[in-house]
Amino acid sequence: MKQSSKQKTFSWLDDRLDLKPLVEMMDHKKVPIHSHTMWYYMGGVTLFLFLVQLFTGILLLMYYRPGEDSAYESIQFILTEVQFGWLFRNVHAWSANLMVLFAFIHMFSVVFTRAFSKPRELTWVSGFLLLLLSMFFGFSGYLLPWNELAFFATKVGTDIVGAVPFIGEQLKIIIRGGEDVTGATLSRFFGLHVAILPAITFLILSFHLLLVQRQGISEPRHFHEQPAEKKRYMSFFPDFVLRDALLWLIINIIVLYLAVFYPWDLGLKADALASAPMGIKPEWYFMFMFETLKIIPPHVWFIEGETFGILLFGVAAVLWMAVPFARFRGKQIVDSKWITILGVFTITYMVVLTIIGYI
Amino acid sequence: MKRSITYYLSLTLLAGFVLFSTAEIKAESEVNTCLECHIENDIMPMDFHEDDVHQHAEISCAGCHGGDPLEEDMDESMSVENGYIGIPELADIPAFCGKCHSKIEYMRVFQPRIQTDQVDQYYTSTHGMKLKGGDKKVAQCSSCHTSHGILPAKDTRSSVHAFNIPQTCNQCHGDAELMASTGHGTSQLDDYAGSVHGKALIEKGDTGSPACNDCHGNHGAAPPGVESVNHICGSCHLNNMEYFKTSIMGKSSESAEYHTCEQCHGNHAIYKPGDEFLNVHESSLCLECHSEDDEGYVAAETMYMQITQADSLYQEAQLHLHDIQIKGMNDVDIQYKLKDAKQNLIQLRTMVHTFDPIQITEKAGEGKQLSQTAITLAGLEISEFNQRRLGFGISTLVFVLLAFALYLKIKQIDNNKNITN
Repeated sequence: MKQSSKQKTFSWLDDRLDLKPLVEMMDHKKVPIHSHTMWYYMGGVTLFLFLVQLFTGILLLMYYRPGEDSAYESIQFILTEVQFGWLFRNVHAWSANLMVLFAFIHMFSVVFTRAFSKPRELTWVSGFLLLLLSMFFGFSGYLLPWNELAFFATKVGTDIVGAVPFIGEQLKIIIRGGEDVTGATLSRFFGLHVAILPAITFLILSFHLLLVQRQGISEPRHFHEQPAEKKRYMSFFPDFVLRDALLWLIINIIVLYLAVFYPWDLGLKADALASAPMGIKPEWYFMFMFETLKIIPPHVWFIEGETFGILLFGVAAVLWMAVPFARFRGKQIVDSKWITILGVFTITYMVVLTIIGYI
Repeated sequence: MKRSITYYLSLTLLAGFVLFSTAEIKAESEVNTCLECHIENDIMPMDFHEDDVHQHAEISCAGCHGGDPLEEDMDESMSVENGYIGIPELADIPAFCGKCHSKIEYMRVFQPRIQTDQVDQYYTSTHGMKLKGGDKKVAQCSSCHTSHGILPAKDTRSSVHAFNIPQTCNQCHGDAELMASTGHGTSQLDDYAGSVHGKALIEKGDTGSPACNDCHGNHGAAPPGVESVNHICGSCHLNNMEYFKTSIMGKSSESAEYHTCEQCHGNHAIYKPGDEFLNVHESSLCLECHSEDDEGYVAAETMYMQITQADSLYQEAQLHLHDIQIKGMNDVDIQYKLKDAKQNLIQLRTMVHTFDPIQITEKAGEGKQLSQTAITLAGLEISEFNQRRLGFGISTLVFVLLAFALYLKIKQIDNNKNITN
């Protein structure tokens, strides 16, 4: 029988790459259909926004010049002179914020559907690390335009690092590249933003996606316990992928809308000698931590308030990451209703403190 | 080498003598029976200030008034034999202060670059000349500087600090009784306080703004003559003076005594100048001398028209800039143009002092061109803004169609597999 050109291409590749097992795996991969299926798309949206970041970031890199005397000017050039520079810069800024938002949504959906229970503990850990990385991406990228607000917000942010017990001061100097926020800090943040963080993210993201493919899609307990004949599935390819693509398109329209109608302010150029402007605020996803540090009293027992706050968040992050491994009286606690209560409390706390920070 | 006992004894005695003598000298220098007695009897001078510049320089009462401050007995201390002068006569005060302040050999110890011609200058002033003529009501050194509370002029508490000079001069010049015989009015301070200079100094604390002494001089204070008004104003308003000197008005003022700065701007009550000074209506200053059928009238009308046109075009461009900024579009080049246009307006208003409508028209043309370019650039940005919206609309349409096609495809697959969500 005569082969079509599509079949010819596939068999040419299959002869060299042994693609059949991969195709079979894709054919057999199923996605459960139930009342919480929509949450399965959140990771995909986060991944899409990460790809947008990668694409627009590479384009911006063509014109961006790090340095006290060139960073602000180069962004100004991108915004005013480069064809579609304004669009890519605004898409990059909006997409960054949406990526962090969807990473949070993805994380909490995993908590409420208990998708992190065995055997997906490592998927959870790698996912949580990816969320932290996306926040570091945000923190390092915020300074790159070298504008007034970013300059002073970075000053405040890195000051907070100085409160880490024992190593805080040294850590602050390493991050800043000196005693103060200067051009050296900008160089470091640039290096972090475009090389170090992407490299680490690439490794952890690959591991995360590999685990997702290897372990398949998690089934919530209520679905899992249903009789086999009542369970309904859709194929990963093409059903789920097409739905994913539809959502990505919608997100793409939203990002473009925000970029065109709500352009990201460049503000005034940073001036180290000027007094700090009014309204210095961290990025919204750091706001709940910033507000917490503000409400902690100057001293808690014998520990300084800020140091206590840093310790609190450090311990909370480690415990949060360790939830799938936690056992109580010899039993895993992942199924406990306390996990739901903890999740609701955490979201409420973050939302309320963030709102307080903005009013 | 062994030292003898005599050697060590001599050394000890010498050291003791040196220490003792120093202590004695210090004790003597700290004794001031004038102060002790005046404080004890509560008869200190009314204007005494502990930060008085002489006190800080360790010049005691006797330094000016003579006498012996070490002498315990009052009669001895304040005896003519001990050089006691007492309170000097008003007519003698300039010489009284000048015995130190006119000697550079003495004064340079305190300030190497200090002026020592104050007394000479004073006698060239109206105050000094009147004092010489026997008028004892005129100001002399202590009238402005005080007698016992003299502070450096840069000290904001000083009566001669820029902030305080208007009040210091007004002590006499605001006194109607004192001024009655001079023929001067007493409204100078009120006039000055309402002027641009007064508002800058008194309300805004701008010491760059002139106080009385900056125009009239301080030690050589005199009302500026007609011939010197241009130079006095020109010492700050350089460009205005240069333009004025070369103008037809400036040249005329050299031969006849009119058309100096004061004629249009006033003296103490110099109000903020405006374009309306130039028009040919009620608020015109030009019409005070010119009438409808002369060249000056036409020149004023032309200059007024050119400046107001340039200004209104600049204001219009500012509105466009504001619109651009609200829309979040590129305002960098527009801002540059408008900065130049603003500079042009400033220059244009300064050039009014050429009273040359040709030069004004030329300069105004440059300014109008800059504002017009800014308006054009703003127009381009607005059209770019509209293009972005259109581009977004078209791309959204494409994406929505694509999304709809995807949706149909999903439905088709679902129907084929009989899968529903």
